Amino acid sequence: MEGSVQNPNQSTTAAELIADIKLRVAEVAPAEIKDGLPEGAVLIDVREDGEYATGHIPSAHHIPRSYLEMRIENIAPDRDTPLVLYCAGGVRSLYAAKTLVDDLGYTDVKSLNGGITLWKDGGHPVEIPKTLTPVQADRYSRHLLLSEVGLEGQQKLLDAKVLLLGAGGLGSPTALYLAAAGVGTLGIIDGDVVDRSNLQRQVIHTEDRIGTLKVESAAASINALNPDVEVVQYPYRIGPDNIMDILPNYDIVVDGLDNFPTRYLLNDASVRLKIPVVSASILGFEGQISVFSPYEGPCYRCLFPVPPPPELAPSCGANGVLGVLPGTMGLLQATEVMKLILGQGDTLVGRLLLYDALATSFTELKIGRDPECPICSRSPDAISDSEMGVFPDYDAFCDGSH
Amino acid sequence: MALVRIPPVLRPSVGGEREVEAAGNNIGEVLASLVANHPATKDQIFGPDGTLNRYVNVYLNDEDVRVLDGLETVVGAGDHLVILPAMAGGS
Repeated sequence: MEGSVQNPNQSTTAAELIADIKLRVAEVAPAEIKDGLPEGAVLIDVREDGEYATGHIPSAHHIPRSYLEMRIENIAPDRDTPLVLYCAGGVRSLYAAKTLVDDLGYTDVKSLNGGITLWKDGGHPVEIPKTLTPVQADRYSRHLLLSEVGLEGQQKLLDAKVLLLGAGGLGSPTALYLAAAGVGTLGIIDGDVVDRSNLQRQVIHTEDRIGTLKVESAAASINALNPDVEVVQYPYRIGPDNIMDILPNYDIVVDGLDNFPTRYLLNDASVRLKIPVVSASILGFEGQISVFSPYEGPCYRCLFPVPPPPELAPSCGANGVLGVLPGTMGLLQATEVMKLILGQGDTLVGRLLLYDALATSFTELKIGRDPECPICSRSPDAISDSEMGVFPDYDAFCDGSH
Repeated sequence: MALVRIPPVLRPSVGGEREVEAAGNNIGEVLASLVANHPATKDQIFGPDGTLNRYVNVYLNDEDVRVLDGLETVVGAGDHLVILPAMAGGS
């Protein structure tokens, strides 16, 4: 055509291009992967969001072809990871494979012959993902834009069950932000009522709810913020008589407890049940936080085998706390909770973080498992039911520290 | 001289300081020097038998001295010590 730019490749047809790619990119048949991929290999669905929503191969990660270059490293940072890509019919996945090999240097990329259509024809299983409502897609849109969260991650958040011990200084900001983020179930244990002196820092409560149960006040704030969240209220203190009934219903526990006996009780129960605990404490202008993930890192007893005597363990009520400090520490807890749910990043397992608000300084300390820990050096199954049924008398154990 | 970070619960015993300097070639000597200068800290750090109280952790830079050489751990000039008792306060 007159005036048109001559492209040296203009004679290549789409069919020729595909034929060329097929010479270089291996294809696998559905039957070859029906029983799962080899160890370490990753299956990726490169179709668009709407197609993925109609059903995908179980265990597949989803990266639409248009986001492939941007997101592939989140799933497969190692260029030698064996990858199998699929689309609807097996053509787009070939193009996608060529991109990964030619442009990003992946060394072992295959394409599923016939795509999910041939997979389904073979009678192999398809999983239909849960989808967000249009209102949810709008509410969580800033999450959906993050490759580390996305639709898959948001669904994990909506499915997650997090137990908050206390709706106080730490629990208030943690609960509000986890609710805003769309964590689907929040259990809250607190037997206290809202007091005016709480309002300097416990931002989930309000002046007009003074005198009402903290769990009710917290539920009202959470429901006003995000109706997606189911709040389970436990209007009493956690103790030896109820902890083993409540904890198994949750994926993660957020510990904002204000006394040592219950911290040790929580530790022993969470190790027994293998539930991670995101633990923080505050005093004055300083806070400390860590994640105790049973058998992966140390437990609380590895760090502090015995509680301090009462004179070294003052409570916040007696000593005061800067109003914003539980906000800072509570949101560090909420961040760790979200990372645990999403399976992203490096959590504080094995690390204790100290925050000094007056100095504006963070100090990180390494904490390791104690091979002689009375609790987590043993397998949970080695701890008999009778032992679990009888907790030590923690109140006498460190009487007066709370 | 090592710099020792004093936790909030011990600050009344050191005149309110957040950090104090203390001399010594190992952890035991540095802590003994701290105790000599601030006798009120003694019973809070050491037990009757002279060992570290088990509810107090001491870190040299970021390592727990119990996984190093305990009180014998060598301390260099400019090292940081952290004294860390357990805290429980969430409300």
